Amino acid sequence: MGYVWDFFAVARNADILLAGLGQTMLLSVCGIAVGVAIGGVLAAMRLSGRRTLSWPALAFTEFYRNTPPLVHFFWFFYGLPMAFGLTLPPFAAALAALGVQSAAFFAEVFRGGILSVETGQWEAGRALGMGRARLMRRIILPQAARRMAAPFVERSFELVKTTTLAAALAFHETIYSAMVIVTQTYRPLEVYTVVAGLFFVVLFSASQLAEWLEARGRRAGAR
Amino acid sequence: MPTIAMPELQFGEVFANIDLFLEACGLTLALWAVALAAGLSGGLLVGLARLSPRRWIAWPARGYVELFRNTPVLVQLIWFYYALPVLSGIQLPAFAAAALALSLNASAYCAEIYRGGIQSVAAGQWEAGRALGMGRLRLLRRIILPLAVRRMVPAFTNRAVELAKNTSVASIITVHELMYTARLFSSQNYIPMETFTVVAMIYFLLIYPFTLASYALERRFAAGRA
Amino acid sequence: MTVAGDVVLQVEDLHKSFGSTEVLKGIDLSVRRGERIAILGSSGSGKSTLLRCLNVLEMPTRGRLILDGEAVGKPAAGGATRYREAELNRLRARVGMVFQQFNLFPHMTALENVMEGPLSVLGRSRAEARRTAQRHLERVGLGGKADAHPARLSGGQQQRVAIARALAMDPEVLLFDEPTSSLDPELVGEVLGVINDLSEDGRTMLLVTHELGFAYHFATRILFLHEGRILEDGPPEQVLKSPREERTRRFLDRFTAFRF
Repeated sequence: MGYVWDFFAVARNADILLAGLGQTMLLSVCGIAVGVAIGGVLAAMRLSGRRTLSWPALAFTEFYRNTPPLVHFFWFFYGLPMAFGLTLPPFAAALAALGVQSAAFFAEVFRGGILSVETGQWEAGRALGMGRARLMRRIILPQAARRMAAPFVERSFELVKTTTLAAALAFHETIYSAMVIVTQTYRPLEVYTVVAGLFFVVLFSASQLAEWLEARGRRAGAR
Repeated sequence: MPTIAMPELQFGEVFANIDLFLEACGLTLALWAVALAAGLSGGLLVGLARLSPRRWIAWPARGYVELFRNTPVLVQLIWFYYALPVLSGIQLPAFAAAALALSLNASAYCAEIYRGGIQSVAAGQWEAGRALGMGRLRLLRRIILPLAVRRMVPAFTNRAVELAKNTSVASIITVHELMYTARLFSSQNYIPMETFTVVAMIYFLLIYPFTLASYALERRFAAGRA
Repeated sequence: MTVAGDVVLQVEDLHKSFGSTEVLKGIDLSVRRGERIAILGSSGSGKSTLLRCLNVLEMPTRGRLILDGEAVGKPAAGGATRYREAELNRLRARVGMVFQQFNLFPHMTALENVMEGPLSVLGRSRAEARRTAQRHLERVGLGGKADAHPARLSGGQQQRVAIARALAMDPEVLLFDEPTSSLDPELVGEVLGVINDLSEDGRTMLLVTHELGFAYHFATRILFLHEGRILEDGPPEQVLKSPREERTRRFLDRFTAFRF
């Protein structure tokens, strides 16, 4: 006797699942924004040439790059607020954990891109009498941005996948929504297969799009 | 005067029970080792399959790799623990489900490392080997893989680090590894801040040597190329 | 107003070390306005380092730099000098540099490369920067390549754009750091031709080069550096034809193809 699939159980609850997907997207976009902002500061600190700035930034990025994100989700949701007698909503805790954790990775993306620009470019700018900030804005960043694009997209996809850990904080993103549907329909196979399919479709098509844009950018750059 | 009182932290309580956490590391390490071993061996097969000129071999391999790289590891773990039994009729223990999911995940990522490494070997090496009359398999074993391995080792070390972090997700499907133990301990003792800080440190100590090794290998590779 | 022939750039007791290796061991040099100085020497003699110290792309370990009678930087302990960034930027805006590797900005067209300095450092208007940039590109014979990106230009063309970029700042002193050393032999001539044409401007120029024949015709003065010190300093006739030092003679003998 074969198993009788029933995807209607999922279809009937599509609204819950799609709402969850919406929350996943929201958390992802906010996470990228926070991660990029903090990551930019960390990269600037590491490139400052001052040990009092670069060493703390190095310690920070190494710590968050070498510890599981799930620990940070719990640390921000239970640990930090309870120590101060507060409570944080799951979204805020997840965003904080995600932002700080991904910042460590974004910082490396930015730093790597900037360091990949040849020293001759710095020297040519300085020889014209350009100040550090202007040189960075006019000469270095436009060149670095092109090289950062691919690793930036890759890190962003990692971040989207990491948002699912917020389910462990009872945040109503895609997986948590799926779990809710499972408790109502007792159809884990269909529900979780659809969830996997959803993530696959979103991430795979986005990565194909990014690849296409990158190839186009390369062609434009070779002009 | 500060408006928020500085919390009184009770790290002593966590350290008094440190053996609990160290024991749990055993399962974390086991999960890590199984998945890494499976990834390194399975990844080679899948990587070679992806390079096959035969479409009916290369395309399913690509599908497998893309599927596991484009879905969250949590979804994979949940699927193998909660969904697969419905299909197979066999309920896997949590550890087995986690080990299976993480192994398949690691194989997909390692396959891409093998593929990239093999493709990075100059075409001249293939031609030189063929000119000697070597078969494809022998050529791969004697010439291509030894050349590619230097480029792949830093990437594998990196993957090992990501994998170690992924093992913590197994706590969500109730594998009693380090993260699960931490959640249990913190909810029983109401000291989550201290617990998760210490556990983060334990993870860091487990993982960081691999990162340092990958830095050293990258430096050596960069120097060797110059 | 300054008079032609006065000292525009003065270097006093310049030292430069990289780690424990001392590359420049005390250089004293007065450059007069309008002089064209070729700096010769074998590799490792410190000639490029000297040039790069003149616009402080390399920070001198010790010594003083005086541009137009004004000392650059503030004296610090041990004969060293402290430089403030703003001050260095002003200095570099007045001392142009052409690099061995061209170092054109790859994300800008030839015209934009030449416009960049006047636009963002001198604060010129876009229209004015564009006009002068076009004029300088025409001067180096590349008026028709204004919209080309560096990747589309030959090495010789890239170096000519780089010369136009330096000229657009109207620098008091123009430095050339082995401008033809990374060019294919057949492209060397067009770049040297452009540099030679600049002689008529009366601009002060310092050129590090291995092209002895060009140095002989172009320069009004030749320096020969050896192990971080100036060994010879005089007019081309004297330094190249009857050098005082044995070291210089041996250096010149190695260029067997060089005949006057």
